[in-house]
Amino acid sequence: MVTMPSIIRTLLSEAGLISAFAMRAIRVAFQPPFELREVIHQIYIAGWRSLPLVMTSGFAVGVVLSMHTRATMERFGAEALIPAALAIAMISETGPLMTGLLVSGRVGAGIGAELGGMKVTEQIDALESLAVDSFHYLAVTRIVACMIALPILTTVMNFSGLIGGFVAETAISNVSLRLYFHQAFSVVGFMGYALPTLKTVVFGFIIGTVSSYLGYTTNGGSEGIGRASTRSVVISSMALIVINVLLVRIIFVLFPGGVL
Amino acid sequence: MSSHTPVRFDKVTKSFDTVRVLDRISFDVPRGQACCIMGRSGSGKSVTLKLLLGLLKPDEGEIYVDDVGIEAMDSAGLVEVRKTMGFLFQYSALFDSLSVAENVAFPLRRHTRMSEAEIEDSVRERLADVGLEGELDKMPLDLSGGMRKRVGLARALALKPSILLVDEPSSGLDPITTLEIDNLLMDLKASSKTTMVVVTHNVPSARRIGDQLIVLNDGHILAQGTAEELDHSDDLIVRQFMVRA
Repeated sequence: MVTMPSIIRTLLSEAGLISAFAMRAIRVAFQPPFELREVIHQIYIAGWRSLPLVMTSGFAVGVVLSMHTRATMERFGAEALIPAALAIAMISETGPLMTGLLVSGRVGAGIGAELGGMKVTEQIDALESLAVDSFHYLAVTRIVACMIALPILTTVMNFSGLIGGFVAETAISNVSLRLYFHQAFSVVGFMGYALPTLKTVVFGFIIGTVSSYLGYTTNGGSEGIGRASTRSVVISSMALIVINVLLVRIIFVLFPGGVL
Repeated sequence: MSSHTPVRFDKVTKSFDTVRVLDRISFDVPRGQACCIMGRSGSGKSVTLKLLLGLLKPDEGEIYVDDVGIEAMDSAGLVEVRKTMGFLFQYSALFDSLSVAENVAFPLRRHTRMSEAEIEDSVRERLADVGLEGELDKMPLDLSGGMRKRVGLARALALKPSILLVDEPSSGLDPITTLEIDNLLMDLKASSKTTMVVVTHNVPSARRIGDQLIVLNDGHILAQGTAEELDHSDDLIVRQFMVRA
């Protein structure tokens, strides 16, 4: 029978090992060779190939948010504020968090399964035998790629959401695209856009680190690969949601009046 | 030619949890010779190869490659040592996201300043050596076990290593393909004087390839010598192994 203390012990042990993995990744990332070719390849996989998912999801979320916002705003006769409300919702929280969770599902699971597969088929040992630092080549490149891809994907998600909101609005009102975006960005300053978007660099670090760690330490054949893939999504999503609370709190401490 | 001993184990011990897989084993492999390590499954044969490559660290003892101890080396030092070695894995361990040609080209792109044209020529040459010059663009999953083994050998030889480590060359292969792989290894030894450490439990294979045979049992070297010497060993287990395995 699994007792509570043993669960806590396991969690703390896992958190410690992932933290050590993360510290090693930070240290190794600044050592040559910088594996730029592989980083670019991984950005293509994590970023470019995630675009359809992020754009579609962003558009759908924008439509839904716009409909909900209209339903509320109409009660107060404040329909003109719909673009601004949608922009605040998308840019400050919905866009970054949704992008993080989507990438965690698509890319995190992929990294966990890919590295897990490489581990059990001795491809990681093969890299080492060919005088290649497998940790740098496989883990660090994926972590860096996730950190670069996340803010870009978040920007795509935000704009897809705003366009979705605009499409939903044009079905009801005759607002022009120019006026819609003018109203949307009238309440969002540079810091209001930059800080929530840049916090996804941390999300990228979490997704890349957790999924690389779980893939890299896989054992147990195909069952182990499946477990690594699933746990990559679960642990990175949970960590991302919890860390997001901390990051938002830090932003409010640094900018007491809010960043918008 | 260098007089260094390419491979030397000196009282090497390795345990996993409470199981002592290797217990103070010592042997060396002279330049240009092939040493075949045999033994039952789980006797520590593959661990020996991973220790030699620096993928595992010994608990005690010293491992020398060209008379340089590797157990205390940092990762940069190990990278340099590994450039002098090739490793043919039991299941080939080809990179399944890369084609046959890209697998063989991988170490050349990483460690040489060759142009793309030179790399392409070298890849064709290596694949021709193993009889696969027509399979450049195939993916590893499209190949048979024997073909994967050959590609693995071509990749292991891409940097023309002075030491070749081979893990179970006949594993999962039919007798004819096994013989072909053995012939490739023997040709390589004859033509380039490559030093080999071959782990196998296929005794006919070991007889063909090995200048020196080692039988591991319960973490110890049970017997060491030529095939003929082992055939006449005083140890019953060794004689049974040589006859029945």
